[in-house]
Amino acid sequence: MEFNMLFAPVRTGRHLLYQKIALCLAATLLCCPKVWAQSRRADTAATAKVHELQQVNINAVKDRIIQPSITPVQRLSSTRLERMSSFSVADAIRFLTGVQLKDYGGIGGLKTVNVRSMGTNHTAVFYDGVQLGNVQNGQVDLGRFSLDNIEEISLYNGQRSEISQPARAFAAASAIYLQSKIPTFRPGEHTHLRAGFKTGSFGLWNPSILWEQKLTNRVSASVSSELVQTDGRYKFRSSNGVFDTTASRSNTDVASYRVEGGLNGTLPDSSTWRVKAYAFVANRGLPGPVVSNKFDYPQRQWDRNLFLQGSYNSNVNKRFSFILNAKYANDYLRYLDPETVKKTGFSDNHFYQHEFYFSWANRYRLTGAWDVALSSDYQWNNLDADLYRFAYPTRYMLQTVLASELKLKDISLQGSLLHTWVNDVVKAFASAGRKQKLTPSLLMSWQPGGQQDVTLRAFYKNIFRLPTLNDLYYTTIGNTQLKPEWAKQYDVGITYNHTYQQQAFAYLSVQADVYYNQVRDKIVAIPGANLFRWTMYNIGNVAIKGFETTIQSAWNTGSEIVLNAGVNYTYQQSRDVTDGQKSRYNIPYIPTHSGSVTLGADYRQLSINYSYLYVGNRYDQLSTDQNQVYNYMEPYYTHDVTLGYHTMLHRKPIKLGLEINNIFNQDRELITNFPLPRRFYRIKISYTI
Amino acid sequence: MVTSILLAGYMLFGSCRKNPSVIPEQQETVFTGDPSSPIQGLYLLNEGNMNMNKASLDYVDLRTGVYRRNIYNQANPEVVKGLGDVGNDIGIYGSKLYVVVNVSNKLEVLDAKSGKRLKQIDINNCRYVTFYKNKAYVSAYLGKVGDPKAPNGIVTEIDTATLQRERTVTVGRQPEEMAVVNGKLYVANSGGYSPPDYERTLSVIDPVSFQEIKRIDVAINLDKVKADRYGDLYVTSRGDYYDIPSRLYVVDTRTDQVKKVFNIAASSLCIDDNLAYICATEWNYPQQKNIISYTLINVRDETQLNRSFITDGTDQQIKVPYGLAVNPFTKDVYLTDAKEYVTPGTLYCFDANGKKKWQVTTGDIPAHIAFKY
Repeated sequence: MEFNMLFAPVRTGRHLLYQKIALCLAATLLCCPKVWAQSRRADTAATAKVHELQQVNINAVKDRIIQPSITPVQRLSSTRLERMSSFSVADAIRFLTGVQLKDYGGIGGLKTVNVRSMGTNHTAVFYDGVQLGNVQNGQVDLGRFSLDNIEEISLYNGQRSEISQPARAFAAASAIYLQSKIPTFRPGEHTHLRAGFKTGSFGLWNPSILWEQKLTNRVSASVSSELVQTDGRYKFRSSNGVFDTTASRSNTDVASYRVEGGLNGTLPDSSTWRVKAYAFVANRGLPGPVVSNKFDYPQRQWDRNLFLQGSYNSNVNKRFSFILNAKYANDYLRYLDPETVKKTGFSDNHFYQHEFYFSWANRYRLTGAWDVALSSDYQWNNLDADLYRFAYPTRYMLQTVLASELKLKDISLQGSLLHTWVNDVVKAFASAGRKQKLTPSLLMSWQPGGQQDVTLRAFYKNIFRLPTLNDLYYTTIGNTQLKPEWAKQYDVGITYNHTYQQQAFAYLSVQADVYYNQVRDKIVAIPGANLFRWTMYNIGNVAIKGFETTIQSAWNTGSEIVLNAGVNYTYQQSRDVTDGQKSRYNIPYIPTHSGSVTLGADYRQLSINYSYLYVGNRYDQLSTDQNQVYNYMEPYYTHDVTLGYHTMLHRKPIKLGLEINNIFNQDRELITNFPLPRRFYRIKISYTI
Repeated sequence: MVTSILLAGYMLFGSCRKNPSVIPEQQETVFTGDPSSPIQGLYLLNEGNMNMNKASLDYVDLRTGVYRRNIYNQANPEVVKGLGDVGNDIGIYGSKLYVVVNVSNKLEVLDAKSGKRLKQIDINNCRYVTFYKNKAYVSAYLGKVGDPKAPNGIVTEIDTATLQRERTVTVGRQPEEMAVVNGKLYVANSGGYSPPDYERTLSVIDPVSFQEIKRIDVAINLDKVKADRYGDLYVTSRGDYYDIPSRLYVVDTRTDQVKKVFNIAASSLCIDDNLAYICATEWNYPQQKNIISYTLINVRDETQLNRSFITDGTDQQIKVPYGLAVNPFTKDVYLTDAKEYVTPGTLYCFDANGKKKWQVTTGDIPAHIAFKY
C-alpha cells in the first residue's frame, strides 16, 4: 500500500519520535509555550535562532492581524488551523463570530453553518473560487472538508470584497471561501511530499498524503489524498436529575476517501490558470435522534461527489482583466432506510445531480481610482431520483452582475446590481417556471484621515435564496408555488489594527460590527393533515439584531516566548415577527450570547494552544413565556487544548500534535436529541520530504 | 497560567448551566367546572414533533375546570427521556390508561388516576390501540424489524389484567386504526410505505382464533375507522394526495360491503349517538394549499347535515384541526388545532350549538383524547 511506503521514514525514527512526544508532554506540564514555526532547521546557530524567532513573530502577527476589508471578513490561515482543535472545516469555523454550527454529532454527522441567524441556505461555500452547489437541498456538509489540504478559510458577511469575481459570489447573504494549498517551491526544489497521520478517539484512522511537483518553471502539479475511517462511537450521558443514563452512540461509523489533483500554471504575460479534479466517496451510518426507548438506528448513506473545475485569470493589459471559471460536478447520494419496508423491500433511494457552470468576469479600469466589472454566470443543474411521482427537474440559471468600485484617498465605495434569471423545466407534473430578480448591494469603507489603523465600514445588501429542488419538487412535500426567501442586511463596523514597536504588547487587532437583518418569506415545512403530508411554504419573517466583535493580540515577553490571545463575542437577537408582533425569545437554536477565547504560546519548537468556546442557552422550537421551559437548551462551554512540537527528522520537518477536546467532559447537544462526544483525543503526525 | 485562565473562564461562564431537572407540569384554571359531571376529565395526548422527543400528556379536569399541562414527567421522573417521540394514540380501559408512542416503539400503560407508569410494553412502530373483552389490541406498521421481505403489519393482543403480550396476527401493510363491531376486529390497512401501491382493504380479525378471516375492499390508503351504533363502520381513505382525493366510506358489517361513499375529506372523525363529527385538512395539489372543512353526518340515515359543529366563526382561527372528541353527556365538542406542529396547539371546547365555551394552550400537536370516568 502506498501509505506503508510513505510512513517508512517515520517508522525508522520511532525511538526518536517517542522521545520527542515525551519531551513535548513534559514541556507542556511545565506550562511552556510554543513555536509553531515556519523554521526549517531545528539545530541551527544561536543567531539563526533569533532570526527565525523574529520571523515567527512577524508571521504570527501577520497571521492574526485583521486586514481591513470593505465587508466584514474573518480568516483562518493554515498556521492557525494547525493550532486549533479541528478536524474538519466545520470544527474550525465554530470559532468565528456570528456563526452557529449545526452539528448532528460525531465525524460523520451533518455539519452546516448558520451565519447571523439567516439560515443555512443563505451561506454560499466556495472551493478555490467556485461555488460548491447542492441544488437538491442547498446544504453543503462542511464536515466533509478536512483541513488537511486547506490553506485558508475565510468568512465574508455580505460578499467578498472584490468586484472582479463571478456573479455567484454576489448571490448569497454570506460566503465561506475554502482555499486549497497552492504549491510554492524554493529555488532548487522540485518535489514536496508530505505524509500525515491522525488517530485518536472514535477509532479514528486518518492517513493523508500531499504530493507537489514542479513540472516546468511555470507549471506545478499537486495531488492530495486522504482516508478517514472511524467507528464514530462515543459515550454520552442524559439526565433529568432523577434518571441518569449513559449510553454509547451507535451507527456512527464512517469510511470516506478523498483524492484531489490540480495543475497550476503561470503564463509569460503573468496570467494564471488552475485545473482541479476532486473526488470524495463516503459510506456512513446515520445516527438518529436519541429519544425515549430508541437510541439505535440502522439508516445508511452513501455519497459520491466528483467535480472538475478550471479557471483562467488574465491580465490582458493594465486596464482590462478577466477571469474565466468552468465546472462540471456530479453528485450521487444513496439513502437506505431498513426501518421502512416497502412492498419491494427496504426503502432505498438514489439521487443523482449534475451541474455545468461557466463564468466570465471582466474588470475594466476607467481611471486610476474607478473600476467597473461585468460578470456573467451560466449554470445548469439536473436532479434525478428514483422517487415515486418525481418531477425530474432541470434548472437553468443565468446571473449577471454589474459592479463598480471607486477608491478615493480615504474612502472606498462599491456598488453592484445582480440580475438573476432562473427557469425550471420538469419532465412530469408542475414546474416552478421562470423567475427574474434584480438585487443590489452597496458597500463603503472609510479610513479617517487616511490612517491605516482605523477602517470604518458599512454595507447594505438585499439578496434571496432560491427554493431548492427538494423544496419545490420532493414528492408530497414540494410546493412549486414557492417564492424566493429574502435576506436584507444592514451592517456598520470598524476594524482597528495597531502594531506596537519595542513593547511587550506587540499588536492589537479589533473588528466589531453591528447589524440588522430581515429574513422574509422563509421557506419552511408546514404540516397538513398528518405526518405524511408536510408541505413547503413561504411563511415566517425574522428580524435579527446583532453585535459581534473579534479581538486579537500578541505579546513579546522579551524572551523566546511569544504569546497571543484572541476573544470573540457575538450577541444576537433574532426574533420571529411573522404575526406582526415580536416574539420575546430567539428563533430556534440561536443563542443570545456566544463567544470564544483562544490563547496560544510559542516557545522554540513547542506550542500550546487553548480554546474555550461558549454558546449560551437556546430554544429548540419557537418559544413563548408559557412553553419556553419545554424548549430550553442549556448553554455549553468546552475547553480544548492543543500541543504541538516541531522538529527535524533526517533533516526534514516533522510535526507532532496532540489535541484534548472537551476537557471537562461536558455533555451537550447542538441539535436536540443529537448528543455530542464527551472528552476526546487526537494525535497528529506529519512528515515532509 | 493555563489553570488560572481555566478558572477565570469557569467563573465567567460556569455558573450559567443549571442542574438537570424534571420537566415541570403547568396548571391553570380555564373554565368553571361542573362538579356533577359524570366524566371526571379527559386526557389529551400531544404528539410532539418527530425527533424532538416531546410527546406529552395533558389532563382537563371537567369537574374543577383545571387544565394540567405536561403531567407525565413529574409523575414518572425515573423514566429515561420521558414519554417519548410522537404519541400516536391513547385509550382508557378499566383503571388503566394506554398511550401508544410511535417512534419510541412502546405502549405505555399508566394508572388512569395518578398517571404513574404501570408498565412499558415494547412494540415496534406501533400506531393505534383499541379494546375488547379485557384485551388491548395494538396495530403496528411492521411485524419484523429489518426484514426486507416482511412489509406487512401486525396487530398484537395484550391482556389488560396481566399486561402481557399474548398473540400476534399479521394484517395488511401499515395498519392504522381499528374498531370492534359484533365481535369482530376491523383494521384499516394503509400501505403508506409503498406509494402508489397502497393497500385498499380492511382486515377482519376474529378475536377468538386471532386469525385474519377476510379482507374488505374499500379504497386506497385507509386511515381512521369508527363504528356507529347501527353496525356500520365509517372508514376514511387518505387518497394519494394528488389525483385521488380523500373520501369517507361507510361499510356495512352485516354484508362486509361498502354501502355508501361521502365525497368529503375526513382527517379526523368522531361518532357520538347519531352524529359523526368530521374535520378535514386536505392538500389541494392544483391550488398548492390546504383546504379545511367541518362536516356533520347523521349516521342513522347516512345523510350529510348542512351545518357545522362550529357556528360562531372560531373556525377562522383554526389552522390545522387535528384531534376531535365529543362528550357523550353534554355533547360538548373538543377540537384541537395543531397549528404549525412546532408551536403549542390549542384545545377548543364548543357547546352543542357550536359556540365556543373555552380554549386553552396545549403541548405540541394536540391530537388524541380519552375520557376518564
